[in-house]
Amino acid sequence: MAMIAADNRGLRLVTRYAVLVLIAIIFVFPLVFMLMSSLKPDQQLLQDSGNLRAFLPVGDISLQNYTDAFQRAPVATFVFNSVLVTGVTVALSLLLCSAAGFAFVFVRWRGRDTLLALLLATLILPFETIAIPLLMMVANLPWVGMEGLTWGWLNSYRVQIIPFIADGLTVFLFVQYFKDLPGELIEAARVEGASWWQIYRKIVMPLSGPIFATAAILKFLVMYNQYLWPLMVTQEEGYRPVMVGLQYFFQLNVAWGEVMAYLSMITVPVLAFYLYLQKAFIASIASTGVKG
Amino acid sequence: MARISLKNLKKSYGQTHVIKGVDIEIEDGEFCVFVGPSGCGKSTLLRMIAGLEDISSGSLVIGEREVNDLPPAQRGVAMVFQSYAIFPHMTVRENVAFGLTISGASKEEKDAKVAEAARILQMEHLLDRRPSQLSGGQRQRVAIGRAIVRKPQVFLFDEPLSNLDAALRMDMRMEIGKLHNQLGATMVYVTHDQVEAMTLADKIVVLKDGQVMQIGAPMDLYHDPANLFVAGFLGAPSMNFLKVKVHGVNGGKVLVSNGALDPVEVSGKRALFKVGDEAILGLRPQYLSVAQGAGKLHGAVALTERLGAETVVEIALKDGNPLIAALSHDAVFDIGAQMNLDFDPDRAHLFPNEPGAGSVNKH
Repeated sequence: MAMIAADNRGLRLVTRYAVLVLIAIIFVFPLVFMLMSSLKPDQQLLQDSGNLRAFLPVGDISLQNYTDAFQRAPVATFVFNSVLVTGVTVALSLLLCSAAGFAFVFVRWRGRDTLLALLLATLILPFETIAIPLLMMVANLPWVGMEGLTWGWLNSYRVQIIPFIADGLTVFLFVQYFKDLPGELIEAARVEGASWWQIYRKIVMPLSGPIFATAAILKFLVMYNQYLWPLMVTQEEGYRPVMVGLQYFFQLNVAWGEVMAYLSMITVPVLAFYLYLQKAFIASIASTGVKG
Repeated sequence: MARISLKNLKKSYGQTHVIKGVDIEIEDGEFCVFVGPSGCGKSTLLRMIAGLEDISSGSLVIGEREVNDLPPAQRGVAMVFQSYAIFPHMTVRENVAFGLTISGASKEEKDAKVAEAARILQMEHLLDRRPSQLSGGQRQRVAIGRAIVRKPQVFLFDEPLSNLDAALRMDMRMEIGKLHNQLGATMVYVTHDQVEAMTLADKIVVLKDGQVMQIGAPMDLYHDPANLFVAGFLGAPSMNFLKVKVHGVNGGKVLVSNGALDPVEVSGKRALFKVGDEAILGLRPQYLSVAQGAGKLHGAVALTERLGAETVVEIALKDGNPLIAALSHDAVFDIGAQMNLDFDPDRAHLFPNEPGAGSVNKH
């Protein structure tokens, strides 16, 4: 009996892993295909694409596509723009949205519930529906900078950053998480004399590692993958991010090898960062047992 | 140190009135316990003193200042919560020093005060641990440490022992008592446990439905409860209530009886009783004894619980009502045996039979 039970368990384990491996292959192979193709000249790339060789580093392997990609497009500028816009937006968004979530959960003020409901209602609006009104708005907004007062935000970093700092989803994530923090911790801090800012900074922030990590990942993905909005508001290549930069490779004759090289350059670092963040994410959950 | 004065304090959530006009004076250095059943408003009242709940109307004075509109931090109070509310991401030392850190105290000052608090609470060896590495009793010490380190005028305790097991609760109760003697600070303590109330308090405030039922020293409340609620709430087992008829009134003395009770003259100071009135006679189980002679109360043994030092007997009275007697020795009684009981009429309490008096909220 025990033998059969052990066999059954072994069989179940093998089956489970087989299914998981299959799913993993389905997800990983496009990535492998992209990486391998980026190393091959166009002609070989097209020949290989019908068979398994497409996933293997065989044939005429070189980094030529990468060199060519750099020549065709200002890759460094695009990457710099994306990193800048994404980094600044994520940082400001975490700060602003968590502070908003804090105010919605811990501070009592008139109209709080109504405003939260309105904010949540924005979740059902897809970005495409507000893209045009937003464009018209930012095209006419004033700005005081180095050149003094100017009108219109087009062709700038701020037009890619400011509209995306606050969003309903991120605030909602923080609100939900903060609601689960024990209210007595906040009250204890108040009785001890802490200001709202001190409570936010010294009590709530340190206990909210997991949600900061989650919100950062989600916001990062949204910002890094921005395409429509930067396409609408940046005509100068000096301000364009990586996704818009992809257009440079789809002109009269598409150089697939260069496309793959460009895509590898803009996705692999992000994947690596994501894997690292995932580890940090799990670690942050483990270290902040709120129940103590 | 400070006295606390609550004058006609009220709290409402919309149309729901939680605290309905409360007047309490707590003297400087006094240990005052708010006690009452769940939902009586005792915790809300404490939170109003702390500044965690707004005051709808009335006046709250701590020391010489009216503090109605002051934030918690400016009221000079420290609070110990039921769930301890110690910060899980800080060490014990950081937790205890939190208030000092917030007020910008120097490192030397913090170290000295934390060390002193740790010595008083005997937790020097815990200072570098995290809350997750502490037992319930130790966490409670940390919470108390955080409260005493700032030397506040007033300590507020919100059911601080209710998450502890019975043995630890008794230890901590004694420690809190000692702490009060040591610090001499004004303390306000909320509990639903009458043992905590009786043992710790200089003054007990019994609350029910957001109203004060009685205020007084523990023994005054025990021996001289002002109403049926207080009489039934304090003391274990609870006071027996017998419906009786008034047969005669002679000055302060009232002659009463019922189907199981022979006519007896008791003190009737709580109301103007008239012949023919119905009234409630309150008898503490501890003051009943087995009659040597004919006795005053008659019934049959229904159930006995032998606890060693005392024997709790449930008696089915002749008129069918139950009665509990706590006899101060170990004794064996046969179920169904006839029993005659005696009591000292001076220790009986006569209450008017008001509407709803029968539904005394026992705890």
